[in-house]
Amino acid sequence: MIKKFVYSQKVAPYVFVLPFILIFLIFWFYPLVNSFVMSFQDKMLGQDPKWIGEANYSKLLTDKVFLTAIKNSVVYMLGTLVLLIPFPMLFAVMINSKLMMGREFFKSSFFLPALTSVAVAGTIFRLTFGEMEGSLMNSFLGLFGVEPIKFLKDGEWSMAALLILACWRWTGVNMLYYLSGLKSIDNEFYEAASIDGASAWQKFRTITMPLLKPTTVYVTTISVYAGLAMFTESLMMFNGNNSPKNIGLTIVGYLYRQGIEKNKLGYAAAVGIILLVIAMVINLTQLKFSGMFKKEED
Amino acid sequence: MSRIVIISLFIILFVIIMIPFYAVALSSFKPGESLIRYGLNLSLDFSIMSFDNFIYLFTGEHDYFVWFWNSMTLTIVQVVLTLFVSAFVGYGFAAYDFKGKNFLFICVLLIMMVPFEILLVPLYSLINDLKMVNSYSAIILPGIANAATIFFFRQYLRSIPKEIIQSGRVDGANEYAIYFRLIMPIMKPSFAAMAILNGMNSWNNLLWPFMVLGDQSKFTLPIGLKTLLTPYGNNYDLLIVGSFFSIIPIFILFIAFQKYFIDGMTAGAVKG
Repeated sequence: MIKKFVYSQKVAPYVFVLPFILIFLIFWFYPLVNSFVMSFQDKMLGQDPKWIGEANYSKLLTDKVFLTAIKNSVVYMLGTLVLLIPFPMLFAVMINSKLMMGREFFKSSFFLPALTSVAVAGTIFRLTFGEMEGSLMNSFLGLFGVEPIKFLKDGEWSMAALLILACWRWTGVNMLYYLSGLKSIDNEFYEAASIDGASAWQKFRTITMPLLKPTTVYVTTISVYAGLAMFTESLMMFNGNNSPKNIGLTIVGYLYRQGIEKNKLGYAAAVGIILLVIAMVINLTQLKFSGMFKKEED
Repeated sequence: MSRIVIISLFIILFVIIMIPFYAVALSSFKPGESLIRYGLNLSLDFSIMSFDNFIYLFTGEHDYFVWFWNSMTLTIVQVVLTLFVSAFVGYGFAAYDFKGKNFLFICVLLIMMVPFEILLVPLYSLINDLKMVNSYSAIILPGIANAATIFFFRQYLRSIPKEIIQSGRVDGANEYAIYFRLIMPIMKPSFAAMAILNGMNSWNNLLWPFMVLGDQSKFTLPIGLKTLLTPYGNNYDLLIVGSFFSIIPIFILFIAFQKYFIDGMTAGAVKG
């Protein structure tokens, strides 16, 4: 009887998606709801929570360290958008052009940094940006007569170091996204444009860029997500969650500090909810303006 | 733009990208104190270079290979389970129309858009309540129905002709037999792409395992490497040679299965 029920064509689809429903409810929906509830509480691990209303949120809005963390995360995110969208797009167009040689070689070697773990990459860059005269970055700058810089003690330099790490790891990956986007563009567009006498730049601006829009939307979405949620890079770069004057502190770093290091679960949950709101607002606005909702849902 | 300009540009980029790898490879032959004093650098000083770090890595008393083994086992188990479950779910989304399908699929997309990090605290407290702290199941279970992987399989399976399913039904196979006997075999390339991508993520994952695992004997490689960097201890020799060695397996995998890496990475990017 049961066997017949489970085997029926009506029930089967639910059996197939059941694992997702279970995992979604237990490890995603429940924690999310719990996070929302906790954000209105004063709670420590293993203790009974105390309801304190919106106190966590009002405290956060005046919390200078939290505002620093937001600023750092937003600057980092904007930096990755500015550096990791236009350049990879251009590189992809160049590597795709008929003039290019050794295409496959460059494609795969640019991908290699993405294979290193944050633990390893962070260590490498921590040592690259060492403050000593002999360390990689300073000895390079020394060639131009620049005095050694204490990269990881100065806010702007350390942000630059984090962004360089991001560029090193993700330029190749974003380039691949654009390359697969380019593959789907019909060559006829370019032929027609050539007949009309369009220059390479005109072709890029009027054909390539608009037709790469879905890729750009995708890359933007994941960059916003990854930029706002960045934490481990900073954790490795500064060898821990504490950086001088919090120059490397991110929103997730603050969440981690409050929730895990200080066991203030309620306060950390409120940080998480604010991050969720920021990420959703930015991404939904972005998707709306790029007209993505009209096409989606089939 | 001329050919020379483009190719020179790519060669320069190539050199920049490779410098960190070269510096790490070079430094793994230098004593740890040189790293402390000079940081990572490109000086090729044969008088201080030796195989000592490598000998220490393979013969010294440390947990490196315990961590390495842990990472291997965890990665393999995690990838096998995640692929099995996510492909199963992906097929459900691709092959059937059912009530609530759109709603559920929006949930998949939602997970892809919400930073996992916001769940760190409530998820940790849930794992704590379930007495799963310090266990690998706490790392594996939450990701077993991976949203991005489900999405990939669903996209992939939508292009498979419905006639295959129909013919299976005509032959009297039940719904699950159709999936396991007819569909799964044609999914091989997509399994390869997702295995590699999930494997890479699992092998390199740091934050969540770092929070869940407290027991040093259970550490994975990234956590172990992280703990070598302390403000007090001087473990640079092991750290640098260990980092170098940890990149090698994934590089070999990449070179052998390049195409699948790239397929897995770029799936979904075009359609958006």
